[in-house]
Amino acid sequence: MNLLIDSLTMVCLALGCFLGLTGGIGIYRLPDFFTRLHASSVTDSACAFLILFGLALQAGWSLVTIKLGLVFFFLVLSSPTASHALAKTALNSNQQPLLGREDKR
Amino acid sequence: MHDHLILRIIAKMFIPFILLFALYVQFHGDYGPGGGFQAGVIFASALILYTLIFGLETAMRVVSPTALRILAASGVLIYGGTGVLCMLRGGNFLEYSMLAATPLAGQHLGIFLIELGVGTTVFAVMVMLFYGFSGRKDPSS
Repeated sequence: MNLLIDSLTMVCLALGCFLGLTGGIGIYRLPDFFTRLHASSVTDSACAFLILFGLALQAGWSLVTIKLGLVFFFLVLSSPTASHALAKTALNSNQQPLLGREDKR
Repeated sequence: MHDHLILRIIAKMFIPFILLFALYVQFHGDYGPGGGFQAGVIFASALILYTLIFGLETAMRVVSPTALRILAASGVLIYGGTGVLCMLRGGNFLEYSMLAATPLAGQHLGIFLIELGVGTTVFAVMVMLFYGFSGRKDPSS
């Protein structure tokens, strides 16, 4: 049982770290504002969920798990809102997304 | 004025929690991480979020600049007053052990009052700075 929980934690943490890293690389590599926002915001929620879930598995049923759950709740509400605000502000200030294939632009 | 529906709803949901967290940081500062300065900044950030979403005039109706000036001054007054109170009770300036019957209780009370003063002043000054900058007219327009 312990081995199962430990390996599940490891998988969750590794996947979460991978997603977080992907988001970071995406912000660095993608061409314009909207694709960068996409890279960070899409990976952000899953990354946070996986890492917090892994930590909660290690904590077991305790107060720490409830606190991690609360952190997850606030993250799930606030990070899409932040992305929404950024995207809306960019559109309102006439930032156009890049469209079409890279070689035909 | 745009109709930021999502932002307004999320902010309304979050501002009470931010205020609650600020109070936790304030009053739990002697046992856990935190203290007056951090609590003041978090408390101010809740009001700044409110200002960003509902506008400067609305926020100034919630906490007026006059009230902020009074708060900023009274925070310093609490800090200095605690120090002077220690002197009046026969210790040095800010010697908390003199504040209560036993030195331990005195230390507790002293750090509590000091942090309260710091938090009040930091909150008021942060919001005042924000009001000052956001109330400025754009010189290019």
